[in-house]
Amino acid sequence: MSKESNIDIYRRRFLSGSAATAAGLAVAPGVLLTEVAQAKPADAVVTSDVRWGMLIDTNKCNNGCDDCVTACNEEHNLEGFGRPSTDAQWIRKVTLKDKQTGYVQTLPVLCQHCEHPPCVDVCPTGASFKRADGIVLVDKHICIGCRYCMMACPYKARSFIHESLQDQMPYSPRGKGTVESCTFCVHRVDAGMTPACVEACTAENHNAMTFGDMNDPDSELSLQLKQHNSRQIRADLGLNTGVHYRGI
Amino acid sequence: MIKYSLIILIFGLLPGVYTPAMAADASAEENASGPFIPKAQRRYSATQDCVEPTDEMRSNHMKYILDQRDATVHEGVRTRQYSLVECINCHVSDAADAPRVDSEKHFCNSCHTYTGVSIDCFQCHADRPVKSRFLSLTGSDSHPARQPQELANEGAGNE
Repeated sequence: MSKESNIDIYRRRFLSGSAATAAGLAVAPGVLLTEVAQAKPADAVVTSDVRWGMLIDTNKCNNGCDDCVTACNEEHNLEGFGRPSTDAQWIRKVTLKDKQTGYVQTLPVLCQHCEHPPCVDVCPTGASFKRADGIVLVDKHICIGCRYCMMACPYKARSFIHESLQDQMPYSPRGKGTVESCTFCVHRVDAGMTPACVEACTAENHNAMTFGDMNDPDSELSLQLKQHNSRQIRADLGLNTGVHYRGI
Repeated sequence: MIKYSLIILIFGLLPGVYTPAMAADASAEENASGPFIPKAQRRYSATQDCVEPTDEMRSNHMKYILDQRDATVHEGVRTRQYSLVECINCHVSDAADAPRVDSEKHFCNSCHTYTGVSIDCFQCHADRPVKSRFLSLTGSDSHPARQPQELANEGAGNE
C-alpha cells in the first residue's frame, strides 16, 4: 500500500475516531459505544485502541520448566541447527541467582514489545515496525538483514536466520537473511487467542503468564497490573515495555 | 516498395508469432504445449473458478497478493480471499509426495518456469498446505482435499 493511501486511512480514522468519541459521550457516563473486542473481524484494521501486553509472575515460574519455550518453538517451527549461538530463539528462560543469598529464580525473556522500540528507531529500511496495537514486528519483505536492530535491542530478543529453511508454518513465514523475533503470536491475537507460550503455561496450570489489553481497564491483565507491584526490565531506558514482571 | 514489403512481412509474421502462443494458452488445461497446471481443489463460487475471473488472475495475481501482503503484515487484515496461504491451500495438494516448489509440477512454479519468472515468495512462505495446532483451533485448516463432496457437486473443471 502506498504512503498516500496510508495517510488517507489515518485521516479517516482520526475523523471517525473523534465522531465516535462525541457519540460515546452522548450516551451516558461510563457507557461506551465502542468496545474493544477480543477477536477483531478479519477485515478490520488494527488500531491503537488496544495495546497488547503481558505480565509474567516469576514467583509462579518454575525452575527447570520450559513449556513456554517449547510451545513457541512448536508454534513457529523454530528448529535448531545444533548451533546455539545463532539458532533462532524467540523466548528463552533466564536464570538469576542472588550471589549473596543463593536465591535462584527463573523467568522467560521475549521481545518486550516496547512503546518506543529501539529496533524500530535504528532500522534503515522501515522493516522493523510497531503495529498500531503495540506489537513490534519485522516486515521480512523489507528486511535486508543488516542486524542493526539486534544490536539496538537491550533484551537480546532478536535472531537472524543463517540457514535456508523449509516447511515454515503458513501463518509464520521465516527465511534466510532476515531478522525475526517474538510476534506475540500476532496470528493468534488477530484470531482472538492468546500467544502459544501463555496458552502452554496456563494449560499446565502454572498460570505464570497473563496476556491482554493494557488499554482496557477491565482486562484480566490490567486488573492484575493494578493490583500487584510489577516491574519492567531496564525501565530506566524509558522504553515502556509491553511485558511486565512480578517478583524480580 | 520496401515499406510495403515490410508491412507485408510484419502482417505475414503476426499469425506465425501469435497463433502458437494463443493455442498454448487455450489448451493449457489440456496440457498440450503450455505449462502443466495442476487443477485447483475447489471453485471459489458456483459461477467463478478463482477469487477473480481466471484471466484477471493470470495477469494480475501478483498485485492482489502484494496488496494483501501489506494489509496483513502492517494492519492485521486477515481476509482470506487474496491470501497467499489460501492460494496454496487450494492450488497445492497436501499429499506427502505432492510436488514442492522446486518442481515444475508445483502450481506456482509451473507457469513461472514457463514464463521465466523468478520469485522468492517460498524462501519464507510455506509452499504447500500445512496442518498445525493453531490452524485446527481456528478452523482455518479447511483444506479442500477434505471436502471432496463440494468438488463432486460443483464439478472440478477449474485450475
